[in-house]
This record gives sequence, structure tokens and C-alpha cells, in this order.
Amino acid sequence: MPEPEPLIEARRLVKRFGDFVAVDGIDLRVRPGEFFGFLGPNGAGKSSTMRMIGCVSPPSAGTLRVFGRDPVADGPAIRARLGVCPQRDSLDEELSVRENLTVYARCFGIARREARRRAEELLEFVQLTERARDRVEPLSGGMKRRLAIARALINDPDVLMLDEPTTGLDPQARHLVWERLFQLKQRGVTQVLTTHYMDEAEQLCDRLVVMDRGRIVAEGSPRQLIDEFSTKEVVELRFGNERTDAVAARLGDRLTGCCERQEVLPDRILLYTVDGDATVDAVHQRDATPSSVLVRRSTLEDVFLHLTGRTLVD
Amino acid sequence: MVRGLLLVRLARRAEGRTGRVDRAGRIGRVGRVGAVFLRDLTAARNLGEALLLATGLLEPLLYLLSIGFGVGGLIGEITLADGQRVPYPVFVAPAMLAASAMSGPFMESSIGFFAKMRFRKLYDATVCTPVTPAEIAIGELLWSLAQASLFALSFVVIMTAMGLTTVTGALAALPVAVLIGFAFGGLGLLLATFLTGWQDFDYLGAAVFLMFLFSGTFAPVEDYPTAAQVVVHLTPLFHGVSAVRDLTFGSPGWGLLVHLGYLVGVGVLGLWLASRRISRTLCR
Amino acid sequence: MLHPAVAAFEYHLITYRRTWRGTILTFFVIPAVFLVGMGWMVGGYVDGSSGNGLGASYLAYIAPGLLASTAVQVGIGEGTHAVYSGFHWARTYHMMRASPLTTTDILTGHLGYILVRVTISATGFVLVMGLLGTLGGPRGLLALPAAVLAGFSIAAFVFAYSATISEVALLDVIYRVLVVPLSLFSGVFFPVSRMPAVGQVLAAISPLWHGVELCRAATLGVPTAWGVPAHVGYLLLWTAAGFLVARRAFARRLTD
Ligand SMILES: Nc1ncnc2c1ncn2[C@@H]1O[C@H](COP(=O)(O)OP(=O)(O)O)[C@@H](O)[C@H]1O
Ligand SMILES: [Mg+2]
Repeated sequence: MPEPEPLIEARRLVKRFGDFVAVDGIDLRVRPGEFFGFLGPNGAGKSSTMRMIGCVSPPSAGTLRVFGRDPVADGPAIRARLGVCPQRDSLDEELSVRENLTVYARCFGIARREARRRAEELLEFVQLTERARDRVEPLSGGMKRRLAIARALINDPDVLMLDEPTTGLDPQARHLVWERLFQLKQRGVTQVLTTHYMDEAEQLCDRLVVMDRGRIVAEGSPRQLIDEFSTKEVVELRFGNERTDAVAARLGDRLTGCCERQEVLPDRILLYTVDGDATVDAVHQRDATPSSVLVRRSTLEDVFLHLTGRTLVD
Repeated sequence: MVRGLLLVRLARRAEGRTGRVDRAGRIGRVGRVGAVFLRDLTAARNLGEALLLATGLLEPLLYLLSIGFGVGGLIGEITLADGQRVPYPVFVAPAMLAASAMSGPFMESSIGFFAKMRFRKLYDATVCTPVTPAEIAIGELLWSLAQASLFALSFVVIMTAMGLTTVTGALAALPVAVLIGFAFGGLGLLLATFLTGWQDFDYLGAAVFLMFLFSGTFAPVEDYPTAAQVVVHLTPLFHGVSAVRDLTFGSPGWGLLVHLGYLVGVGVLGLWLASRRISRTLCR
Repeated sequence: MLHPAVAAFEYHLITYRRTWRGTILTFFVIPAVFLVGMGWMVGGYVDGSSGNGLGASYLAYIAPGLLASTAVQVGIGEGTHAVYSGFHWARTYHMMRASPLTTTDILTGHLGYILVRVTISATGFVLVMGLLGTLGGPRGLLALPAAVLAGFSIAAFVFAYSATISEVALLDVIYRVLVVPLSLFSGVFFPVSRMPAVGQVLAAISPLWHGVELCRAATLGVPTAWGVPAHVGYLLLWTAAGFLVARRAFARRLTD
């Protein structure tokens, strides 16, 4: 069975700003129907990549094909089929909520009546129908984000591009956004998302790449990545006010024996292990005396930590 | 097996959608420029914008009444370089028309466009649609020209009603006013790409005011010191004022073509350079 | 202990230390160029028509008028975006409100700063007038306090307006419906007696006309329309009424 033609394909893609290399030769393919993610900390080059795919930032080197076309030559035709929710909402504060959608629709050549119909439908979808006539400015962050997502959907795009859709939102607002994105996924909309939240990537993405300093450091489904780069469970040890590096020095290699790998962070020590409870027992036997102990499943955060030695959100 | 079938279906869908590229992307240049225009038109329904629109005619009219008639009452008639004697209001009115055709499009294209582009990040979303940066620039320029045309139309009607020009003169001056707006709109867009922040706005405002004051507006240029005359001949507003005067009470000759050509040149060059630089700002 | 309003006053003064350069152009160079331009260019025709009937050269006639007009423009201009920003963008007022400062302190402090700004601009203009020989002797210096009073008298009302609106475009509207008509029809460029009766009544309401009368009396030594105490009293009335209105507007904004 041949693979379907990828909607987005990049080879050795590079973005430079002056001497600074923001995206450093990445390869990727996004297939139809897929929920694809970029996971990486701030400055990893996620937005730069998204903007190149969105044909608003010309690649500095490498090849990029979106819908099989060249973004530099065919920008308008490609953008007609993309829905973009940029990192900053950049909503039009002079317009009402509904006008933000209908006016945007005109940029895609959608006729006035059709634009209005779609706007109503999308406002319903993102639960903003009651606010349709309000100005944008007083809306909450979550509402603005939902409106930006609705706006990105106005042209019934073949690919929805979401740059950090939930950054800065409170937990409730995040869940509402996730729920909507999941519904779109069920409808078969191809989505590309960037995030520095591992739980977001883990919940939503079929496949993701981990980015750091402009490079892709790992690629696969969330499960694959965790299996490959982390252990099944993690034990987190905290030591009250004592500095963790001092603790690590004090304990020497007493902890090494009870886990596969250990990671010393400023506020805690992580022990990677197959069996968390057994490791906890071992820790107590060796008089490590942590002030608190937590056993949890491995996450993408651990994958990132393992690959780069740093945490995602600092 | 199921997965295989799914892939086939997805592939079909992708194929079907490839066929849609041209249908969805068929919105033409005119439609895209129109979309930008429509955005401004929609925003003009807000109270503040609407009031600005409604009061746009006020400034040139008040200047005409105050300087043209008020001060003009102290002056009576003035003698032009060619010996023609005209009442002061007749002399000043065309300059007010030209100045108002300048200031609206110029301010909106420079400060207004800059604020929309840099501070409000309005176009960050627009460039993600089929609309290109050049089309954004043209759409914004058209919007400011539409407003300026409206003011110019009202103003020439008033001029004619006050007997400051003939109906023919008014009809001929109207497109020239729009051309002045175009020239300054193009220039403003170009300047917008060089601005860096609020503090530059003061300089622009000052430049406009100086041009307003010294483009042969309140006194014939021939009465200026010689050095000043040279500088004044370079400002587009001088050519605008002169062109309008030729049509409203003067005798149009070859000089008129020079004035009009200068304005067209400034507008086209400004718009062309601006489009290129705006692309670089919005699509880095 | 210092009055708390002084803290608010100092805050604005410190900000001005960073931005004063930009204001030289708008509030000093431009008015001076305007004076010279109108006075000499247009003045050439006005004076040329054998005795203009104004009792002075046109330059000397409009100089005190433009002085008052400049002061009023500073008084208005400094009360628009700066005040709006204090509530909406920089939110300085909200910041101050979180300190022991009362609404009145905040308002007084900012108005104090406006007084300083109006004084600086008017002083600059008086210097230019001196250089052009349009001050008419030491008595002409009295035009300075007169202009400052006129400029300050309208500031608080503009504060109230800026505190009430919630749309930036409405700030630009102020320029068109207030600044332009005031400066063109308050007797700066020609005597108000040349206007129809309606215009004369409107001019008499405008604080700028009273300022122009006072300034012209100082530099040209001519009598004023209502007598000096009446003009000064009228301007003081505006100042006081404006303060009360502004205080209400500020309180409303800062307590919700
Ligand atoms: N327009 C630009 N000019 C210069 N540097 C930029 C520009 N845009 C992004 N960068 C730099 O490129 C790097 C990657 O940025 P970005 O793609 O926004 O990262 P992310 O979205 O992953 O946080 C950052 O170090 C950022 O400072
Ligand atoms: Mg980013």
C-alpha cells in the first residue's frame, strides 16, 4: 500500500535571521488526517517553522512543499487552504467578535452570506455565540484564543496550524480548547500544533517531533518516544530546603544502584526505573531520607530532559 | 487491513482536495484588495472612527473660513505673479482642498499604517490568508483615498456654492485632489516602513504642517525668498496646490502636466517601494 | 511630610525628563515657525493694504494671540493620549491608585505637571516674541501668566473627557472639533468683531479668546473687551469647574 502524498514535506529546512540560525536543517512530513506536533521549549524554532509552512516567512535553505507546492511561488494558493492560528492572537480589536470572522472570510473570497453562515457555525463551535456582537478587547484570554481558532477555521482549511494554542490559559480554558481540537481531529481535519506542554502533546498528537535549538532531536508517537527515551516509571525525590546537588554529592552513588538513570534538577532528583515502588523501597533502605517521594508514569517531559538535559518550561 | 483502507480513503480525500486548490485560491487580486478595504469600512462603524470620518471635512473648511475669509477680509485682493488680481479666499480655497487631500491619506498611510502593522499586529493574521502584503498596502491606500475623495467632493461643492470657483473648475479639481491623496498615500506608506516608534510621529506631523504652511498655501510662492522657492518646488504639495489653482481660477497650461506628472511619479514610486519593504517586514 | 500629590507630580516630571526632546518640535519650533510664516508672509499683504486697522503690524497683532493659542494647545494636547494611557495602556493611574494616593492626589499631581508644561512652552514662545521685537516692553511679560492661565484653564476639562471615553479615535476627534476651531476663531488671526454674531458669542465662551485678549493687552497695551479682572475671573472659573468635573470622571474610572 503506497503512503498517501504528504500534505507538508520539508527537507533540510533552514531559517536564518541574520547570522542567527533559528531552524537548523529539519526534515518532516505531515500526512492527511494526522495530528502532528512540535514539542520544544521557547526559542526552539517552532514558530519559525510554522511561519515557513504558512508561507509568511521564506525558507533560508532546504526544500519545503505544502500541498505539493512551493510556498514562495504559490503562497496565496497554499494559504487559501491553510487555517492559521498564530502564536499571538492578533485579533482585530476594532471589530466585533463576529466581524472578526466575517471580515477574515472575505480575505479568502468567501461570499458575504456564506461568510455569515460559517461565522455563526464557528461561534457556536467555540462557544462564543453570546459574545458575537461584543468587542474583542474585553474578552478573556481563553475566549480570544477560541476566537482565533474559529477564525483559522473560516476557510474550511485542509490543514489547521496552531501555534501554542493554550499557552497562558487557565486549566479550564485549556481543556475547552483541547476538547474542540479533539473534535476537529475526529472530523478528520489535519492539524499541526506547537507546544511546550508535554501533556498537551501527549493528549493530542498522533505523532510529534521534539525540537531544541532549531533541530529535531526525536520523532515518533508520544508512546514511542516515552518507550524509547525514558523508563516506564519515574520516582521524584524532594529534600526540603537542602540543595539537590549537595544531596547528590552526599549520597554519592548510593542512588545509582536503585534505578536505571538519575537526573538532578534544582528542586528535585528524578530516578528513572521500571518499577517505581521497588525503587522507593531501595531508596529508603539506603537512608536517602527525602522529605517527599512521588512515583509517577514517565512523560514527554522526561524524554525532553533525557535528550537535552533541560526541562521544557523553566 | 482496516488501516490500509483508511489510508486509501485519506489519499482519495487528499486528491480530491488537491483539485480544490484553484477553486479556493481563485480569489483574485481585486477581491483581496477589496477585503482589506472592507475591513476598514467595517471598523468605520465604530463611534470614534465614524466621528473622524464625519469631521474630516471640518479642518479645511474651518481654515478656509478663518484664514480665507477672516484674514482675507483684512487683505482684500492679492496680485499674482502674472498680474492677475484675485480675492484672497479664491486664492486660499484651492490650497485648502489640496492640503486636506494630502493630510488624510498621508497620515493614515504613515502613522496609521505603521500603528496597524507594528503596534496592533493587525496584518499578522491577514498575511496568513491569500492576501499579500502589497495588496494590504493598496487596500489601505484605497480606503484613505475613498475618504479623501468624499471630503474633496464636499469641499468643491462648498467652494462652488461660495462662488470661489466655477462648476467646471470644481469638476476638474476633484480628480486632482484624489491624485494628491494618491501621491501622499504612496509616500506615507513608504515612510511607514522607516518609522520606529511614537517619537517619529511628531516629526511627520511637523513635516506635514510645514508643507501645509509653505507650499504657496497662504502666499504666492513667487513672494518667497529665492532659496525657499527651490525647496518648495520639490514638495509634492506645492505641485498639488498649483495644479488645483490652475484648474479652479487660473489658466491651465503645460505647467499643469508637470504638476500632475510629478504627483503620479511620487505616488507610483512610493507605493512600489513601500510594497517591497512591507513584504520584508511582514514576511520575515 | 510632603503632600501625596507631589509624588504623582514628580512621577510625570521624571517621565518628561525622558521625552522632552520630542516635544520641543511640536510645542516650540512649530508655533514659532507658524508665527514667522503667518506674520511675515500673510502679514505682508495685510499690512500692505495701507494701514490694516489693527493698531499694530500683523506680526505684532498675531504674536500674543498665537502665544495664548500655543498654551491652550499644550493644555489640551497633554491631556489627551497621556490621560487615556494612564487608564488604558500604561495604566499609571491604576498603579498609583494601589498606593496611598487618593483620586484627587492623582489628578492634582498630573494637573500640576500640565501647569509646568504649559509654562515651559509659553516661556519658549515669549522668548521668540522677544527676539522678534513683538513683546512691546517689560509690560509684555505679563502675557506669560495670562497665556499660562488660559492654557491651564481648559486642561482639566480635557482630562475629564479623556477619562470618560473608551475609544482612541475619540481623542483625535477632539483635535478636529476643539483644537482647530478654537485656534482659528478665537481672535488670534483676525478680530472676532469681523465674525457674525453667533461666532462672536461662541468666541466669548472659548477660554482662548479671553487669553488672547489678556495677552494682547499686555503686549500691545490695548484695552480688553471685558476688562482684565473679568477675563481672569472667567478663566479661573473654567479652571475650578474643570477640576470638579475631572475629579468626578477620574473617581468613576478608578473605583470600578
Ligand atoms: N524575526 C526574527 N528576527 C530575529 N530573530 C528571530 C525572529 N523570529 C524568531 N527569532 C529567533 O529565533 C529563535 C526561534 O524563535 P521561534 O521560532 O519563535 O521559537 P519558538 O516558537 O520555538 O519559541 C528565537 O531565538 C528567536 O529569538
Ligand atoms: Mg513560538
